[in-house]
Amino acid sequence: MSTDTKAPLQSERTVKWSAGDKAFATFSHVVLVVWALLVVGPLIWTFMTSFKTSSEIFASALSFPQELLDGRIFENYVNAWTKGNFGTYFLNTIVVVGIAMVLVMLLGAMCAYVLARHSFPGSQLIYYLMLAGLTFPIFLAIVPLYKVLQSLPLPWAPGQSLLGTHTGLILTYVAFALPFTVFFLYAFFKTLPDEIAEAAAVDGAGEWTTFFRIMLPMAKPGIASVAIFNFLGLWNQYLLPVALNSSEPKYVLAQGIARFASQMGYSTDFGALFAAVIITVVPVLVIYVLFQRQLQGSVSQGTMK
Amino acid sequence: MTTESTTKVEGGGDIPAAPAAGPIPANPPKRRRGGRWTFDKVSFMAVFLGVPLIIYLGLVIYPFIQAVHYSFTNWRGFEPISQADYVWFDNYIYLFNDPKFMQALGNNILLAIFLPLITIILALVLAIVITMGGPSHGNVRGIKGAGFYRVVSFFPYVIPGIVIGFMWRLLLDPSAGFVNGILTAIGLEQFENFAWLGDARTAMPVSMFVIIWGFVGFYMLLFIAAIKAVPAEIYEAVRIDGAGRFVTAVRVTVPLIRDNIQTAYIYMGIMAMDAFIYMSALNPRGGPQFTTLVMSQELFNTAFGGNNLWGRASAMGVVLAGVTLAFAAVVFLVNRLTGGKDTVKY
Repeated sequence: MSTDTKAPLQSERTVKWSAGDKAFATFSHVVLVVWALLVVGPLIWTFMTSFKTSSEIFASALSFPQELLDGRIFENYVNAWTKGNFGTYFLNTIVVVGIAMVLVMLLGAMCAYVLARHSFPGSQLIYYLMLAGLTFPIFLAIVPLYKVLQSLPLPWAPGQSLLGTHTGLILTYVAFALPFTVFFLYAFFKTLPDEIAEAAAVDGAGEWTTFFRIMLPMAKPGIASVAIFNFLGLWNQYLLPVALNSSEPKYVLAQGIARFASQMGYSTDFGALFAAVIITVVPVLVIYVLFQRQLQGSVSQGTMK
Repeated sequence: MTTESTTKVEGGGDIPAAPAAGPIPANPPKRRRGGRWTFDKVSFMAVFLGVPLIIYLGLVIYPFIQAVHYSFTNWRGFEPISQADYVWFDNYIYLFNDPKFMQALGNNILLAIFLPLITIILALVLAIVITMGGPSHGNVRGIKGAGFYRVVSFFPYVIPGIVIGFMWRLLLDPSAGFVNGILTAIGLEQFENFAWLGDARTAMPVSMFVIIWGFVGFYMLLFIAAIKAVPAEIYEAVRIDGAGRFVTAVRVTVPLIRDNIQTAYIYMGIMAMDAFIYMSALNPRGGPQFTTLVMSQELFNTAFGGNNLWGRASAMGVVLAGVTLAFAAVVFLVNRLTGGKDTVKY
């Protein structure tokens, strides 16, 4: 770090805490604890409430769950999963997000690789088209998009359009996640050394082999970073499914929550609604906690390039 | 290292990112074997560029262009568009005379003013407190437990927006909600059945709070990364010159990560122009006296709410895109005019 600053302060190896330091540290901790409570408090309350019956929920906001504790503890969860169809929505989301992720990472890496390492006429134009996709709101495209999907036939079921199918939704996810993926991976492929690819070419490897056997494995760290953000973005996507995927058995989780809540009269099963919220939140939270080191790495990578 | 970095961290196409600082350099390194058009090379270019571009052009660029086309018609989507009438600017004239749409536009502008400002100030304060909370001797040290605070702060960002919306609707429920439960528990009886989202005075500020709650942690992490990228020598020099923490933060840290702040401002502004998920979860019908109605909600209802006014909805989309671009341009311009490009090199 500071190798050449021979500041006298540095010679004392023990860390000194002046009065000002202590005051600032205390102030900092107070600020951070308040903030942490503000984040965690609502989550804990939602979790706690998901174990209460509807009547308990309306009796008191802050009371602990009681009725369900003896033997029926997961009743709300079972109701959400079965009666609320969250089992189906969960599976749909995994299928749609999973396939879209694989496709967008592959296609994005391919496109970024060509743009970063080959020169050809028109690459500037592609750059500006991608930039447009990043800047313009999805809302501008949503009405025509509906029509486009309606006019495209599903390849394996002639007569049926892509509108309202998981295939159509997946392709749309891929298309809208593509510019971000390409921009990020473009910068990444730029940083990879030329020598290895050249050595492969000397050894007789063609373009295809070079990409799949050499460049793609080398780009793994970059791909992992983008993949995390794409996963969050696609898992959280709401507008595209709600506009383009309107048949209830094909719903994704975000739509399921919305459907559940829109039926939220005073007769609804509020306990199950809370449970549904937890069911939707927990997978992403678990993935986040498991991968948070990589994710924080990606954020800094994004800033420092 | 320069501060020209263009941050591309926002996820999966949901939230469009900011325009980058400059175009891709026109001359990527020339490859020796570029000249020969072998089958290997032709098939490679065709598949690697062709497949992604066909999907992208067909499902993103073509709809963008078609939206402008539709906006000049009174099309309702049932018959082929060739049978629709061209009404040219009638849709736009209608929108600018429609008090409901103008109110939605105003609400979006309110969001675009306050959301980035408050989110970024809070995120900066938290980032500074985390990175500079340690003792002031020796190297700049972070606060104890920084890792824990960072992990917790990021929680809201990973929760789906629609869930954040509904969760807070439950939290803010007049009688059964957590917020009023806490407030009455500490003796503020007047909030016993207060409908935060149902009162025209509080609906908008409370909605803003919910959105800010969802984003502060993300920008905090972004700023922490940016602050850590500043060479430690700079801080030591400032410290030896006798600057206190507050002065250091305001006069040194903030100017040094200025470009990150600009990027964050634009992301957040673009989000504020949309805000669809949060607003439609918190108040599906636009809130009391439409105080939380945003353009995206109006667009969605106009197109898919039963009347199928696709021409008018497309015009709304064009207005929304125009305002979004104008916002980004204003942020760039303000940053440029206040000297953003010349003061921040290290």
